Amino acid sequence: MTEGIGARVLRKEDKRFLMGKGRYTDDIVEPNQAYAAFVRSPYAHAEVKSIDASAAEGMDGVVAVLNGEQLTGDGIGNIICGWAVTQKDGSGMNMGAWSALATNKVRYVGDAVAVVIADSIEQARNAAEAVEVDYKILPAVAQSVDALASGAPEIHENAPGNVVFDWEIGELAPTDAALEGAAHITEMEITNNRLAPNPMEPRSAIATFNAAEDHYTLYTTSQNPHVARLVLSAFYQVAPEHKLRVIAPDVGGGFGSKIYIYPEEITCLWASMKTNRSVKWTSDRTEAFLTDAHGRDHVSTAKIGFDKDHKIVGLKVNTKANLGAYMSLFSSAVPTYLYATLLSGQYNISNIYCDVQAVYTNTVPVDAYRGAGRPEACYLLERIMETAARELGVSPAELRRKNFVTSFPHETPVIMTYDSGDFATNQEQAMTAADFDGFEARRAEAASRGKLRGIGFSNYIEACGIAPSAAVGSLGAGVGLWESAEVRVNPVGTIEVLTGSHSHGQGHETTFTQVVAERFGLPTENIQIVHGDTDKVQFGMGTYGSRSGAVGMSAIFKALDKVEAKAKKIAAHVLEASEDDIVIEGGEVKVAGTDKTMGWHEVGLAAYTGHNLPEGMEPGLKETSFYDPTNFTFPAGCYICEVEVDPDTGVTDIIQFVASDDFGTIINPMIVEGQVHGGIAQGIGQAMLENVVYDDDAQQLSASYMDYAMPRADDLPNYSVHHASTECPGNPLGMKGCGEAGAIGSPPAVINAITDAIGNNDLSMPATPSKVWAALQAASAKQAAE
Amino acid sequence: MYETKYHKASSVADAVSLIGKSDDGKLLSGGQTLVPTMKARLAAPSDLVDVSGIADMHGVSISGSTVTIGAATTHADVAGNADLQAKCGGVACLAAGIGDPAVRHKGTIGGSIANNDPAADYPAAMLALGATIKTNAREIAADDFFVGMFETALEDDEVIVSVSFDAPAKAAYAKFPNPASRYAMVGVFAAQTADGARVAVTGAGSDGVYRQSDMEAALDGDWSPDVLSGVQVGSEGLLSDIHGDATYRANLVKVMARRAVAGCA
Ligand SMILES: Cc1cc2nc3c(=O)[nH]c(=O)nc-3n(C[C@H](O)[C@H](O)[C@H](O)COP(=O)(O)OP(=O)(O)OC[C@H]3O[C@@H](n4cnc5c(N)ncnc54)[C@H](O)[C@@H]3O)c2cc1C
Repeated sequence: MTEGIGARVLRKEDKRFLMGKGRYTDDIVEPNQAYAAFVRSPYAHAEVKSIDASAAEGMDGVVAVLNGEQLTGDGIGNIICGWAVTQKDGSGMNMGAWSALATNKVRYVGDAVAVVIADSIEQARNAAEAVEVDYKILPAVAQSVDALASGAPEIHENAPGNVVFDWEIGELAPTDAALEGAAHITEMEITNNRLAPNPMEPRSAIATFNAAEDHYTLYTTSQNPHVARLVLSAFYQVAPEHKLRVIAPDVGGGFGSKIYIYPEEITCLWASMKTNRSVKWTSDRTEAFLTDAHGRDHVSTAKIGFDKDHKIVGLKVNTKANLGAYMSLFSSAVPTYLYATLLSGQYNISNIYCDVQAVYTNTVPVDAYRGAGRPEACYLLERIMETAARELGVSPAELRRKNFVTSFPHETPVIMTYDSGDFATNQEQAMTAADFDGFEARRAEAASRGKLRGIGFSNYIEACGIAPSAAVGSLGAGVGLWESAEVRVNPVGTIEVLTGSHSHGQGHETTFTQVVAERFGLPTENIQIVHGDTDKVQFGMGTYGSRSGAVGMSAIFKALDKVEAKAKKIAAHVLEASEDDIVIEGGEVKVAGTDKTMGWHEVGLAAYTGHNLPEGMEPGLKETSFYDPTNFTFPAGCYICEVEVDPDTGVTDIIQFVASDDFGTIINPMIVEGQVHGGIAQGIGQAMLENVVYDDDAQQLSASYMDYAMPRADDLPNYSVHHASTECPGNPLGMKGCGEAGAIGSPPAVINAITDAIGNNDLSMPATPSKVWAALQAASAKQAAE
Repeated sequence: MYETKYHKASSVADAVSLIGKSDDGKLLSGGQTLVPTMKARLAAPSDLVDVSGIADMHGVSISGSTVTIGAATTHADVAGNADLQAKCGGVACLAAGIGDPAVRHKGTIGGSIANNDPAADYPAAMLALGATIKTNAREIAADDFFVGMFETALEDDEVIVSVSFDAPAKAAYAKFPNPASRYAMVGVFAAQTADGARVAVTGAGSDGVYRQSDMEAALDGDWSPDVLSGVQVGSEGLLSDIHGDATYRANLVKVMARRAVAGCA
């Protein structure tokens, strides 16, 4: 079986991408299409006194200028947050209203107050500039810590002190007591820098209202078109679900930012009805910086205690999470259930307490971005572990090993139940691959050239495949988190799989196909994956949280079980054998131990002709499954980064980056390696390059590639990627998930390596040359003083 | 982008006349600065007068010790010119380090110095080499040409035709790229010219490119990287931004100057 599970099958989708035949939302052109340009606030915080559209309305090509009063007047609902978090005191979140077009107040630079619909994009943009908005500028605040300070400007009336919620997990008193009795305490302030997601394809939408059928079609850049349809109809009242079709065609990357339903999609749908035109909007790169949900932005203090044998006795964390100006769809879940629940890491820790203040600021809304909460947890824990090892004067590898969880299932004090893993093996594999033992010699050699070498670890664990619906429901999720699949065998034996997962770079058309090929011994070219269209696919929760393997493929697996069972019944009937004796392999359906056989396609034909089926069996061969997992899955691993710093300039070169991951079963190693490479590239981006910077007026200073440093090929090393897997007991394929691990695990490894090289733990991300140089100066000043 | 009228100039005289007749026209050369600015709707010229097709404004020519580069010569053509590589490798090398291949095959030396971005590379070379900037109307010494951030001595509608300089005994450019834009965060061009050592710094000065006279004095005494270790570089007058403060830039000025001198051929 060269195309089944475990094979390096080349990506089926690449043919159309390499031929330039990908079909993205902006490629779609509807007859009579008009263009939307948004009038956006140039101020971070202001009252909207009046909007004068008269000049714009008279301009060439302008179809309509629409505003928030009209939008709300038509009954379009406010944008929701899909996860209700309960505060420490039992109360609900202090959520402020978010209208797709702001009415009386704008709360971040880029907040839209009106939209121009015109015949051409240039006409729309010209007219948008001619819309006169009278703003009364209010003081603004960009940083969570400043927004919490007394006297800070109030962003939403119903969020006093700008606190969206104050939440906790774990037990405070026992944690304090454990830390009190600790033999050693390490304390750190740790910030997790704010990132802009930057998918290669910007967001885009084209909405068409069909007045004759009272029906809407929306093409959009979505990771989860069914969720988009559900939210657009149930909450925003754009149209009832059966009158709304959402299609997410080829999507060029999402990284979380395309999970959410943004003001622009809502506005395009509504504007299409208002104007009776198809309405298209495609973000430009500046709009992307100004409006795509950002990621991370945590400011934390952490305290970890060890006993005299260097066993961890307790961990206490406080985190201030910047949620931006409005609550985005999953914004509340990210700094809570996706973050603090991972603070136990790979370690046996009996006492953990974490509290989180989620804060409104005059910035772009913050939501899930590749890793979503887990990178923040991993970064915090792995930096403090490495720092503790340095303070204790022990090997960071040894300190971790001493504290590893070694038996499963393992319940942490922060409500996770780890189901499997072998952390020591991953660590050993990474250390061998990195030639850890040879490091001191390499450090000395580098020193002889005037360079500073450092090495850093990161032992990450994360939670994927989010998660049993009942469990997430009890924690406040507004949706269930299962996945669906339909497997359709055609009369000629070829197969279509309709999946609720959505591929926007993950290679589902390849890996999902391999699972089907494996089952029936069919060539992958006989199998087609269908996704991304609510009119074709039954339903689906979409792709995020590395869930498409563990949840999406499990649904396919379950549907295949049903197809296989029916196919066997049909074959047993036709071949006059017992069902139990039927085996399917190599595209043949056989009676074991005989030469009786029929081709897979003959079973399909038999199913659809219906001429000779078992008594009472319905014709056809098509089965559906809705799969709800029993637990999260827990990918884990060990990353080692080795760097060389130029002390003259602070420039850091990554000499090697080694990954040893436990992803459970691997369907296609090539695709998994690609995911790891991309994830690490993003992690290195966060660690060394990327940063959203706001000034005191909450204006973004980094809203273009002139100032926002994306990782480029020459910033990145060759990766050394390894696997040591334990099977996941929670799903039929034994898969854990690999989409985010690289981005989760890599930042602390990089920073631990740089801080090792420069001998100063006080370094924040991104570790740019200027910051590394300054930290080096600080370290040598300190040394000189001592 | 706002609407604009495009004209292709056939000669320098044609360009001068076209730009003179326009309402609020702009010269267009490689378009690598002007076009992105227009796309971002930050510039709205009524007319574009494209000089990139003017034959007289193209190419590198060397006569005796004088090097002349046409204003519309692309960075790639400068980088790849074998005679220039032999005569003044520092300039070829500088051009090879600008932007990416697409930028180098469109962007031109004339556009670069006319724009005088405080982080652009060419201004450092022109100033350090004591180049002469020849326009349709006059000749301007580099020392007088670069006036400040995005400011030059050019009059409205004045067209740069070429730049020329005497090949130095030694010259090299050391650039520390901005991590995001890869323009110069600090770039130092050091040249041993007939008039002595000249050291020009780009990327660092809050007033654009400038000469580092303390370093020039030190190098006049002893042309070696080590002599620069004794030169104090203060942070006053240097840029601070999200990529690095003035103190860091001051350090980079020193480090890049040493590297430039060490790399001199
Ligand atoms: C992605 C990218 C990366 C870049 N990286 C770098 C870098 O690392 N270092 C660097 O130095 N530059 C960099 N640049 C800028 C590049 O070098 C430009 O080519 C240059 O700054 C402008 O030259 P141009 O020929 O493109 O001029 P244009 O964009 O056509 O014009 C620029 C300005 O000069 C005027 N002008 C043009 N020609 C003349 C003339 N003959 N006489 C008078 N005025 C004239 C125009 O009216 C305009 O105001 C980069 C640009 C891009 C897009």
